Amino acid sequence: MSGTIAAVHATQDVHARPAGFAADTASIALRAVRAIPREPEAVIPALIVPIFFFIVNIGSLSNVTEQIPGFDFKAFYLPVGFVFAVTGVSRASSLVTDIQTGYFDRLLVTPIRRLSLLLGLMVADIVLVVALTLPVLVLGIAVGVRFETGPLGVLVLIAMSGLWGLAFTGFPYAIALKTGNPAAVNSSFILFFPFAFLTTAFVPKEALQGWLATVATFNPVTYLLAGMRALVIDGWAWRTIAGGFLAIVGVSLVSMTLAFLALRGRVARG
Amino acid sequence: MGTPAIEAEGLRRTFEETVAVAGLDLRVEGGEIYGFLGPNGAGKSTCVRMLCTLLVPSAGHARVAGYDVARQPEAVRLRIGVALQEAALDDRQNGIELLRLQARLYGLRGKAVEQRIADLTDLIDIGDAMNRRIGTYSGGMKRRLDLAAALVHNPDVLFLDEPTTGLDPVSRAKVWGEITALNRELGMTIFLTTQYLEEADALARRVGIIDLGRLVAEGTPAELKRKVGTDVIVADVDGDASTACEALVGVSGVTSVDPIGDEVLIHVVEGSSSVGPVAIALDGCGVTVRGLTLRTPTLDDVFLELTGGHLHEEEVE
Repeated sequence: MSGTIAAVHATQDVHARPAGFAADTASIALRAVRAIPREPEAVIPALIVPIFFFIVNIGSLSNVTEQIPGFDFKAFYLPVGFVFAVTGVSRASSLVTDIQTGYFDRLLVTPIRRLSLLLGLMVADIVLVVALTLPVLVLGIAVGVRFETGPLGVLVLIAMSGLWGLAFTGFPYAIALKTGNPAAVNSSFILFFPFAFLTTAFVPKEALQGWLATVATFNPVTYLLAGMRALVIDGWAWRTIAGGFLAIVGVSLVSMTLAFLALRGRVARG
Repeated sequence: MGTPAIEAEGLRRTFEETVAVAGLDLRVEGGEIYGFLGPNGAGKSTCVRMLCTLLVPSAGHARVAGYDVARQPEAVRLRIGVALQEAALDDRQNGIELLRLQARLYGLRGKAVEQRIADLTDLIDIGDAMNRRIGTYSGGMKRRLDLAAALVHNPDVLFLDEPTTGLDPVSRAKVWGEITALNRELGMTIFLTTQYLEEADALARRVGIIDLGRLVAEGTPAELKRKVGTDVIVADVDGDASTACEALVGVSGVTSVDPIGDEVLIHVVEGSSSVGPVAIALDGCGVTVRGLTLRTPTLDDVFLELTGGHLHEEEVE
């Protein structure tokens, strides 16, 4: 034992100092990214669900819509596959685990910038959701979808999907930080349904009627899908694409406000 | 006397109507091992969480390593190491990754990080396990890794919240050895909470006993034991313990008698000369005595004397 304590002595010039905001965020992000392949049970459903819906819906609805002249259902549906792939995917469950095991407290007694605790996870989320769009993209191209906006449009579509995924993560993070309860975080998935289904996921807005049309008008996903579809079907329709980005900004303002307020409450030492 | 490593005045913490810490005064000198002893729910962990900047005091103030825990939490965090109750680790990382992250959060860079990890790996001596996921570790290995994580930035003050709770005797002895060596060889101030009498006795230079959020006694273990007299005779009785107590009043050398369940704790001035009269008195009062044990006082006796309860009620029951 004395030899090893002496070894600690040898580096006694070690002195703690704040690492800085960027370094803190990078450290947390690196840890979160490293954890992703170690929790396949958390990633595999997020990988399977969009592919399952894509195959089932393309298979069942493509033939029906063939009768509509000039309407390519596969191209119309591809952005929905992207939205399904990225919506609700986050590290919120692992954040709850950290809170419950006390590891979150261990991080809080370090000089880490509090904001980095959440931003680091969100950086990892961006990496994950972008990765999750790739199988859908490959599948789309495999069934013959062509992008009117070319390869640059593909990149913009992936960026849009990533930003949407990130915007949505604010909700599960807010719940995770507010409650520290895994069941509550899992139930945040319920939010996915009104966003993803009470919109133009399966039919164009003109075909929606009654209350569904009204709800779809107020659903930001309607404008997100419109922007994404423009990239695939119409070309560089700037107003429509900008509408998609505005919808992301609107949801982000709400979800991130909730998430960062919840973070402030969690670290308030109250 | 220099600036104390830990200093608290009137430290208080409430949770709605519940008072967890009720006005605590503390002074721990640099280089000291201070044992904070008390039963579950006494307020030990709440106190540590305030001193570690995880909780803001409801009233009073505290300074750790010379900085105010409420007003200068960032300065405190740079100077303290903390191992909280139930090793707070991330099962999905391996030991090296956990220490590397910890080192980077304390601003260590490049070769300094790897050198520090190598030193600490030697210190905690868990072999190849450092490259395995923490989820596969035993309780003792987790505790030692937790300790290494608390030491990564070479803190001035180390807080250990019940560091050996739930460990087997071998692992407990290893952790004790590490704590003692850290203090003896590095001069590190260590604030240790525990509910184990022998742990406080073995490690702490001074012990503070906390009950219901208040410090009820403080001193060296020897000083505290002297407060309750010299020796204790424990009578294991079958029958009414209060009858036995009455029979012992006035017996030569007996200073006080406490009935605890089926046991009667008899405090005596001099154990060897009092055992005979005590046995005769018990024999004459109609109570069956299953056993008589003579022992020196423990910190539990101090706790009993001061609060009327045991540190471990379940053990007595």
